[in-house]
Order: sequence, then structure tokens, then C-alpha cells
Amino acid sequence: MKETQQTVLYEQAMDPKFLEEVYGIPGGGKVKNCIQCGTCSGSCPVSWAMEESPRQIFAMVRAGMKDRVLNSLTMWTCASCYQCAERCPQEIKITDIMYILKRMAIRENRRRSRRARALSVAFVEIVNKYGRNRETELMARFMLTADPLGVFSAAPVGLSLMTHGRLPLGGSRVRQIEGLRKIVAKAQELGGE
Amino acid sequence: MRYAYYPGCSLDATSRHYGESVLAVATALGMELVEIDDWNCCGATAYMSVNEVLSFCLSARNLSQAARTGDPVVTPCSACFTNLRKTEAYMAMFPDIKGKVNQALAEGGMHYDGGVVTKHFLQAVVEDVGLDRIRAMVSQPLEGLRVAPYYGCQIARPHGIEDDCDNPTMMDRLIETLGATPTYYPMKTVCCGGSLMGTREEVALRLCRNLLLCAQQDKADCIAVTCPLCQMNLDVYQKRINHVYGTDFHLPIVYFTQLIGLALRLKFEDLGLQRCVVPAIPVMARFAREAS
Repeated sequence: MKETQQTVLYEQAMDPKFLEEVYGIPGGGKVKNCIQCGTCSGSCPVSWAMEESPRQIFAMVRAGMKDRVLNSLTMWTCASCYQCAERCPQEIKITDIMYILKRMAIRENRRRSRRARALSVAFVEIVNKYGRNRETELMARFMLTADPLGVFSAAPVGLSLMTHGRLPLGGSRVRQIEGLRKIVAKAQELGGE
Repeated sequence: MRYAYYPGCSLDATSRHYGESVLAVATALGMELVEIDDWNCCGATAYMSVNEVLSFCLSARNLSQAARTGDPVVTPCSACFTNLRKTEAYMAMFPDIKGKVNQALAEGGMHYDGGVVTKHFLQAVVEDVGLDRIRAMVSQPLEGLRVAPYYGCQIARPHGIEDDCDNPTMMDRLIETLGATPTYYPMKTVCCGGSLMGTREEVALRLCRNLLLCAQQDKADCIAVTCPLCQMNLDVYQKRINHVYGTDFHLPIVYFTQLIGLALRLKFEDLGLQRCVVPAIPVMARFAREAS
């Protein structure tokens, strides 16, 4: 039988600023409406692969358990399928909350955010360069930064794609790339949560 | 009917066959697709994880370009579709987001007020062309072909097509119209794992294994999909799933557009059928001939 481990958290471990921060982001305040019904966890196709289910994460957010939440694997397991958001009886935009937590963890350079951050960073760099994603380059960059040894296990997949003409080198780009870069720069400045 | 066409980045690369079949079918059905001038990436889910405002800006730039034409936007990619619709909805819902997006767009000499209608290509086919007209155009009904209708997640969700979110039937009805049989597929809107295939492969592999198993149980000959990422995960990784789980799946994963093309007797190559990693042509050739 699995042993149950109980941890007592004292008030000192709580971070009220974390709460304020989550509530302050557009849509974040909705976490207050959570009734802990568990519809999100029951609907989630990947809750079995999370350490804390979405329902537990919301309870932890409200308890101000910043470290546990931002070190959690939960938001990195979310595939953005929106099933929970569709069904939440309190109309909490749960997928958006997961994005908020991802951004906070990335910003604080939390351990678990490494792979997802590598993918996001590679993606953003490529789009800033060409205005469009180039999947071949994205896969190569992601593998090199996040998982150099994984190249071997990914090789058959890459080869399948290549032999079926689905992994082109190069690709199209945005014509007015300077304008787009200015928009991106301004958005980055405005979006600094 | 004319549309501002947003192909998205995957249709140039890993989903070239989706792009090819969309264009072939659109021509055959008399839909005019005019590519949005100088479109940029929608940001997928990666941008939302980094910067929400930036993610909305990318889609707003595309919508702003499309607004000049006055035509509705159509896109075959479910992720692009969700991002375009979410941006439209959130800009209307949150004045703060709208303000910031337009402040950023102004740096590039652009502006977006909202109001552009975005449709998934599946919707444009079923709602605008209409099933009656398609039925009349079918030159070889795909009789006997059993198709698992896999919608994927995002197409059916809060920003998705106007259909039942748990049990959409739009593609089922299309499959029937083409003379084929939609199978019982209760996992039709369960997520394939999306980009988790890159970041947490073991999770995505299991989701895809379940999707394949479910299709096999009602004796599907193939799975029809509406999203480039679903196609890639189920098709390109099928061999790996067999390896990891000791299964023996060989289910072709085809786009609904390729099925339309088959029923209209278009050439296999024009539909990109040869690009499916799990061979689709041997199965399809049992039900459909191509134009000579």
C-alpha cells in the first residue's frame, strides 16, 4: 500500500504577494470563484500524468503556496485542449490560468520549465526572424538546446518526415518583417507581466 | 464564395499534404481562396506561454490584413483557428487587451478594431458549400470505407466551431455525404497531446495510443483529422507507439479534405496522399479510383 505523507505548512511558507499577482492578471481573479468541484481534473485527459491535479493547483494557489505551485509539473503537462475551461461550472478560464502559471515559472527560471521554455524560446526566435515558423529549424533548435541526446530517438521521426517531403529546408518569410519586429518589440514591452 | 485564406506555417512543411488537398478541394468545390497578404505565424501555444499580449498581437496583425479584403477568414489548422477566434473574442471582452494590442500594432503602422469572421475550413465546406451541393458533386461514393471522425480538441472548444462541444457531428455528416461510414468514435474530441509530443513524449504517446485503439475497436479503415498536429502525432509517431506499447496499428491518418478529394475523383498525388507516413494509398485504392 502506498504510504501517505503529510506535510504541515505554516503561515510563514505562504506568499500573499503571489495571490495578489495571480489575481491581478486579466482572468486570474476568477480563481477566487473555484468551488473545488473537480470537474476540471475529471475532464482533463492528462491529469494522470500530473503530480497535482488542476483542482489541487487552484486550492494551492488560493493558499498562497507559491513554491509548490511554480515548481509543479501540472501546467507543463497541460496540452491546452480547453476541455476543463469548456466544462467549468464557474466559467473559470482554466487554460488561461495554466498559461499564467507557465509564464510566472518561466520568468522565475523554475526547474521544471526547462523543456517547455526551450521550445517556446526557439519558437519565438524563429518567428521573430522570419515572421513564420519553420518547423524543421524549430525541431533542430529545440533538440539541440533541450535534449541533445534525444536526437537519436527523434531521428526515425525526422527521417519519416523527410522521405515523405514533409521536412523542407528553408521556407517562406514575412515581407514586412521590420514592421512585424517593431510590433513584437512593443508587445514584449507592454506584456511584461 | 471568396475567403481570406490563412494556411498557417505547418501547411508549408510537416502538413504539406493538408495544404495541397485543401487547395485541390477548394478549386473543385468552387471556393475562391485568396491568401492573406503577408500573413505571419499565429503564435501557436508557445507564444501564449511566454507573453499573452504578444500572442494576441500576432493574430490581430493577420486579422487586420484580412479586414482590408472584407472577406471571411478561413483556416484549415485548428490551432490557428483557435488563436484567431480567441484574439477576436478577448479583444472584444477585455478593453485592456484591445488597447495594448493596438498600441503595439501602431508601431508597425497597423490597427485592428475587430469584426472579422473566422471559420475553420471544415465549417466553410459544410456550412457554406453545403452538404447537398457536395452530394451532387460526388462522382464516386466511398462505399464501404469506415472512417473514425477525429475532430481533435481545439476545434470543438470555447472558441471552436458552432457545433456540440462534446459530440460534434459536422464531420460525421460530411463523411456520410461522401458515401463513407463514420464509425462510433467516442474519443472524437479527446486531445492528442499536441506539442507535448516534444516536451513530454510519454504522455502524448499514451493519448495517441488510446485514440488509435478506440478507432480500431469499431473497425475503422482510417482516421479522418482536421488538424496538422493531430495528423502528425497519430501518423508519424504511429510506429513509435507500436514500438513502445507492443501494438500493431497501421491505421492511415487522412485529412477530411483528402476524403472529399477521393469522392470527387481527384488525383491521389494532388491530394498529397503519398505523404502519409502510414501508407494511405493502398487502403484508399480499395474504395476509390483516381482520375486518369
